[in-house]
Amino acid sequence: MAEFTLPKNSKIQPGKHYPAKGAKNPRTFRIYRWSPDDGQNPRIDTYEVDLAACGPMVLDALLKIKNEIDSTLTLRRSCREGICGSCAMNIDGTNTLACTRAISECASGDVKIYPLPHMQVVKDLVPDLTHFYAQFASIKPWLRTQSPAPDRERLQSPEERKKIDGLYECILCACCSTSCPSYWWNGDKYLGPAILLQAYRWIVDSRDEATGERLDDLEDPFKLYRCHTIMNCTRTCPKGLNPAKAIAEIKKLMVERRSP
Amino acid sequence: MSTKDTVMKDRRNPLKTALGLGSSQSGVGHWWTQRVTAAALVLLGLWFVATVLCLLHADYATAHAAVAKPWNALLLIAFVLTMFWHAVLGLQVVIEDYVHTRWKEVVLLVAIKFLAVLGALACVLAVLRIALTP
Repeated sequence: MAEFTLPKNSKIQPGKHYPAKGAKNPRTFRIYRWSPDDGQNPRIDTYEVDLAACGPMVLDALLKIKNEIDSTLTLRRSCREGICGSCAMNIDGTNTLACTRAISECASGDVKIYPLPHMQVVKDLVPDLTHFYAQFASIKPWLRTQSPAPDRERLQSPEERKKIDGLYECILCACCSTSCPSYWWNGDKYLGPAILLQAYRWIVDSRDEATGERLDDLEDPFKLYRCHTIMNCTRTCPKGLNPAKAIAEIKKLMVERRSP
Repeated sequence: MSTKDTVMKDRRNPLKTALGLGSSQSGVGHWWTQRVTAAALVLLGLWFVATVLCLLHADYATAHAAVAKPWNALLLIAFVLTMFWHAVLGLQVVIEDYVHTRWKEVVLLVAIKFLAVLGALACVLAVLRIALTP
């Protein structure tokens, strides 16, 4: 059955408190901590950060904590401008990118930061995305053609190109997939919103000639039809994309190619 | 099970795991039928509620006569068949979502189909008995 309580060794314990002495504008961050090495349960550490000496984004605060308060805090980050997807985590109850979420946008009170939900944790805020990436590879996310390669680029009209707007911007941060209850319960087989949006990006690409095979590969009660239009994916997407609509379009194409 | 144990017991490439047994080449029929039966139930449901409301405070003979009318009997049979069909499709999704012990899943999926067929047959028989007995 689906699990509604945490296993004993995942129950969260109270953690350490790091006060900010003499801070002009302190803000409290409550951060999930877990290490595979010490055999301890996860804990919530509390850090007070002086916003007067900190950048505006949640990532700035996390890096300030790591650099100045507690160097053991572990997180992924790279581009710090919302294009690499590395710093995806659950901030203030919503999956988003730490680099594009302003501290001032978080609800008043403590800022709570957890790793992406319902994933195996590697350490602290770093989830294991191995299966997520393997699912991405499974949809063959590249241009597949049967016609011989032309001497020049494969052309697209502006109208055809427009069809992949709202799809090609996906950075595979996994915010949407890990916000989806269907992905939580059946993520082993359900591809999840991110991968289905990527699949649709190739299905709708005017240059791709494997549309039928792509639809064949998705026609499955678990791979595609675990989507119950819960819409968490669209709500949470830090890039403002609409994976739920992409999935709906795939479902429409599935009906379109058969007799109703 | 710790990540370390998983690594030791599962030496497959992650892509092999993600591909699993491949696509079952089904699902669209289930999805489409669920929507079509839902649309049918909107109309049949409205008709059913209206009919039942008209029979409020009616005595047994009046209710019996109403069900025995050919159109009412026909629509009532259509309503119960569509309802059980739609219910079994919906329950199937719930079971597939939440029951992850394979044998329990299979037993439940078969059981709801048996029960739905039995329930639908019982309802049809009941309507026919009223409609066909003079």
